[in-house]
Amino acid sequence: MKRTVPMLITAAVGFTLIGAYFVPYTQNWGESVAIWFDVLAAIAFILGGGNLLRTHLKRISDQGRGWGYSAIVLVAFVATLFVGLGKIGVAPSPQFPDHAWSGQYRQTGSAFWFMYQYAFSPLTSTIFALLAFYIASAAFRAFRAKNLEAKLLLGTAFIILLGRTFAGVALTDWIDPANWDGFRYFTGLRLENLTVYIMAVFNTAGNRAIMIGIALGIVATSLKILIGVDRSYLGKD
Amino acid sequence: MSWLDPTRIWFLGLLIVLCGAVLAYIFAARRGLRMKVRRIAGLEAVDDAVGRATEMGRSCLYIPGLQDMNDIQTIASLTILSRVAKTAAEYDAKIEVPTTRSLVMTAARETVQAAYLAAGRPEAFSPDQVYYVTDEQFGYVAYVQGLMVRERPAACFYMGSFFAESLLLAEMGNSVGAIQIAGTAQPAQLPFFVAACDYTLIGEEFFAASAYLSGEPDQLGSLKGQDIGKLIVVAGIVTGVTAATLANLTGSPAIRAFVDFLINKILT
Repeated sequence: MKRTVPMLITAAVGFTLIGAYFVPYTQNWGESVAIWFDVLAAIAFILGGGNLLRTHLKRISDQGRGWGYSAIVLVAFVATLFVGLGKIGVAPSPQFPDHAWSGQYRQTGSAFWFMYQYAFSPLTSTIFALLAFYIASAAFRAFRAKNLEAKLLLGTAFIILLGRTFAGVALTDWIDPANWDGFRYFTGLRLENLTVYIMAVFNTAGNRAIMIGIALGIVATSLKILIGVDRSYLGKD
Repeated sequence: MSWLDPTRIWFLGLLIVLCGAVLAYIFAARRGLRMKVRRIAGLEAVDDAVGRATEMGRSCLYIPGLQDMNDIQTIASLTILSRVAKTAAEYDAKIEVPTTRSLVMTAARETVQAAYLAAGRPEAFSPDQVYYVTDEQFGYVAYVQGLMVRERPAACFYMGSFFAESLLLAEMGNSVGAIQIAGTAQPAQLPFFVAACDYTLIGEEFFAASAYLSGEPDQLGSLKGQDIGKLIVVAGIVTGVTAATLANLTGSPAIRAFVDFLINKILT
């Protein structure tokens, strides 16, 4: 029973969404189902908040490694919640000037906006910026010329990297019909043109092959879930 | 208004053929037809990775992607989590599952708990193994990177839908010396995982994982059904390319009309 009811709900909702895609009469049903999911996700958000508090309070209580970070998380969580729910620093909406809480919580100049703009945004940008360094270290390992395939990969990557820089363009700009008429047959060898060719032909072909495999995998997996052949996500192995 | 959307009839036809092939092979497998599945190195390595974590006395870290339960990749990820958690329970290894969505947390808890039960060690399961971190992409990355540096997990699994965080997580896992297995259906993130992880499940391999790991005839049959889909796609590509080439070479209006029909009716 514990597995059957969720499985039936999954099948009913899944087939409704498929039907809504093909049958114009049932299009509204699909939209309703999508709204149900949003409602569920919103309720689950409270569950997530509760779990966050519980997990980090436990870590602080246990005084395990990194418990100080948990304290920072809790302080930031409570402060953001207080500032957002309390609409601190939010001016009343022009429509309802007598109601102090009628303004938007993200209003420019509000405490929530200030925290988002000057704390959250720079912090996330900092983490994102680390990607540049990680790309360099991953590329260093990936492009070691150990065998023929790795050498081909290295060569291709080198062309793409050069073709996307000013230096790469400058290196082969002498292949110009203005210099010698015969060069008009070789303009495809200019690094910027080679880059476009590799990306448009080889890269696109490989990508599409992967995409076709993914699409077929999604169809088969969805069908297995809808008809209950695969129930491992519900706990059955 | 017609009962069926006329612009989607061909798509519906293709879907019926594909689903029919999958169902036919599932029923054939139930009747005893033997299915041969090629070896997938990334999935064979799951037991080794968990075993290594056990030997080293360190934990396994499982990241189920950044999307919610309405994403098929997250569901596929939970099916793999079921197997990883069962192996971890059998080997008595610690498994930790930080999530970015509350619904994923509750579903993953159920999955892990059932896996521990299936392994015969329900008492070893703790709900604290699966927890919610944040919905924010880079906030989640910061937490998981910090966790990796502090706990130094011996095995990291990245299965699900990933975006810019794929390389941030995989490179950090690499730097702490973890054995790493990734799987995603996001083509843009595959090169990052291939560069930074020991094994990567590419696209359809990720969706095949559930069937491969379970070994159930029903599920293996669905993989064979997918092969029929591939044959249809290959036939379509060969027909389309040949027709388009002939249309250009001969200038035949009939072949051109056929190519236009393929593009504007079937592929729309």
